[in-house]
Amino acid sequence: MSQTSDINTLVGEEYKYGFKTEVDYEDFPKGISEEIIREISRRKDEPQFMLDFRLNAYKQWLKMDEPEWSNVTYKKPDYENLLCYSVPKKKPVLDSLDQVDPEIIATYEKLGIPLEEQKMLSNVAVDAVFDSVSIGTTFRKKLAEAGVIFCSISEAVKDYPDLVKKYMGSVVPSKDNFFTALNSAVFSDGSFVYVPKDTVCPMELSTYFRINNEEAGQFERTLIICEDNSHVSYLEGCTAPQFSTNQLHAAVVELIAFDNAEIKYSTIQNWYAGDEDGKGGVYNFVTKRGICKGRASKISWTQVETGSAITWKYPSVILQGDYSVGEFYSVATTTKRQQADTGTKMIHIGKNTKSTIISKGISAGNAQNSYRGLVKVGKNATNAQNYSQCDSMLIGATCGAHTFPYIEQENASAKIEHEATTSRVGEDQIFYLKQRGLNEEDAISMIVNGFCKDVLKELPLEFAAEANKLLGIKLEGSVG
Amino acid sequence: MLKITNLHAKVRGEDVEILKGLNLEVKKGEVHAIMGPNGSGKSTLSKVIAGHPAYEVTEGQMLFDGVDIMEMDPEDRARSGLFLAFQYPIEIPGVNNQTFLRMSYNAIAQANDEEEMDPLEFEDFVKGKLDSIKMDESFLDRSVNTGFSGGEKKRNEILQMAVLNPKLAFLDETDSGLDIDALQVVSSGINLLRKPDNAFVLITHYQRMLNYVEPDVVHVMIEGQIVKSGDKSLALKLEEQGYDWLTKPHMNGILA
Repeated sequence: MSQTSDINTLVGEEYKYGFKTEVDYEDFPKGISEEIIREISRRKDEPQFMLDFRLNAYKQWLKMDEPEWSNVTYKKPDYENLLCYSVPKKKPVLDSLDQVDPEIIATYEKLGIPLEEQKMLSNVAVDAVFDSVSIGTTFRKKLAEAGVIFCSISEAVKDYPDLVKKYMGSVVPSKDNFFTALNSAVFSDGSFVYVPKDTVCPMELSTYFRINNEEAGQFERTLIICEDNSHVSYLEGCTAPQFSTNQLHAAVVELIAFDNAEIKYSTIQNWYAGDEDGKGGVYNFVTKRGICKGRASKISWTQVETGSAITWKYPSVILQGDYSVGEFYSVATTTKRQQADTGTKMIHIGKNTKSTIISKGISAGNAQNSYRGLVKVGKNATNAQNYSQCDSMLIGATCGAHTFPYIEQENASAKIEHEATTSRVGEDQIFYLKQRGLNEEDAISMIVNGFCKDVLKELPLEFAAEANKLLGIKLEGSVG
Repeated sequence: MLKITNLHAKVRGEDVEILKGLNLEVKKGEVHAIMGPNGSGKSTLSKVIAGHPAYEVTEGQMLFDGVDIMEMDPEDRARSGLFLAFQYPIEIPGVNNQTFLRMSYNAIAQANDEEEMDPLEFEDFVKGKLDSIKMDESFLDRSVNTGFSGGEKKRNEILQMAVLNPKLAFLDETDSGLDIDALQVVSSGINLLRKPDNAFVLITHYQRMLNYVEPDVVHVMIEGQIVKSGDKSLALKLEEQGYDWLTKPHMNGILA
């Protein structure tokens, strides 16, 4: 029937970011060893404290085992043959794009992220990370006028060593887990944001991560610090070419909010997910954690996770300051043979702290989608409040949805609410919308967007439309 | 407008035939009522005409405006002017009713090379429709059918029909479960939409609705076939005597 062939065409077309860019890379040996870590640090021209930080982490990593508790199965990466440092030969010099390989500039154009300021959205500053290196950061002057520092973490290590030394590893210690230790040893690039006191960052900040090298791992490291009474909104986007092998993206993101500060961190993750049979795709093993250090500070995570073969990610908030607020809004879609084990941790330490968790999992094809979340209320967290809502939507009969909520309560005054639902997109829903003249794509996209509405409305306006579209394309052809 | 000849259909993947050689012709300007006992295949008929994927047509022909619609996707049938008011309207959480109506209106308009409406134009348009069928504006801001009472869901179907202005509307037990006030609202909605160039088929168990919406033709459907057709007096007779007098001779035939 015509319907089937349409679906096949659409599925074949669905990942439009799967192209590879031909660039010359600097030679770098594979594997992970003290020698390699010293070499990374040397090439990046890092101060001694950074090398020490890396070597410490490496020693810890050697003693650790790769975790196996998550609800995913995969072949473990071959760390002996992993390329930790993948840098194009032609790279930016002195914050100018002139020396950058034109192929790379063209890559970002093709991804819809022009790096020349006159072509960009006027209210979004971009840091573009290509494999292991930041290609450029836009609107730096305008941001500097407001006192906001936005640059790659590599530059920050050199230009703002005191801030990096003070805060890196303060929220996510190297030894937190296997992947944080690995990241801390070999991290390559990511973004650094510092918003001084009493400052509202004048534009959206965003980082665009691109994996291009088939053999390279990407070890993103991002650090955002927001001082008293300040506010920043940051968004990251991620894509990768279509390879039949798996690439590793092991990131560490740390957020620090002081008194009355607010950090809003959004992710649209669309790494290559692998094919119908589960061949290829990115392993997205990420540790993201924020600390509400100050009184009445707020950290809000919003994520739309549509890509990756495997996602293992729990953006968390430590609610240390009294009256601080943590939020987690998540949409995770899995299709084909994708597996996602994602959720959050809300650690209530301060008094009158409040957290909200809204998680929407959508599973189609042969995919498995798990929500895993911890709400922990410490002894002194009087009047802590949490509201969690975890909804799962199943499309078709061969996928799975799982919910693993954990609650640890040490203070009796806390109020914790948890709600969960599971629904199935049926033939009847689709038929109803088709009977009203909508085609299958619009019908599914309408149902899914309705399901995710509470999360999508949290995204910055500039990116909400993109996320809507992404969900529609992703799930097309999943019903029937 | 609609001509169905010798229609046979079954649930996809099963053997039992539900429609067994059904014939039906509906002309412009007409209102038909199809009555019949439970399980006679009335709802199946409406779903088969609208193209529900759960059913398979094994024999026969369906012409809509002279076009064979048998191989058409449900959305293309809808775009050519066929509307089905569902017996059990589907809930779509999180989707704003007005947005849904506008997307639906525009999808059909686009397919017919007619002008689409932007959100502001559409809001005026849909509010006009609400007034004409005495419905509350709060309908528009709620999620499609979500948390609606049975009566509200049925009225929402009539609102959709008013907005989409179909050539031919099948109303599948729209009167079931309605109290008398809601029945009047729904009926007057249908009467307002009646025009010389469109047509309605009401599937119903009860004569009650036909007091408000006067049919031109009444059919009795039993065991997957239309066994008798007549004018509105047939509906009154069914109300008084039930379906036994139509099935008995048949049964007697078997027994004899």
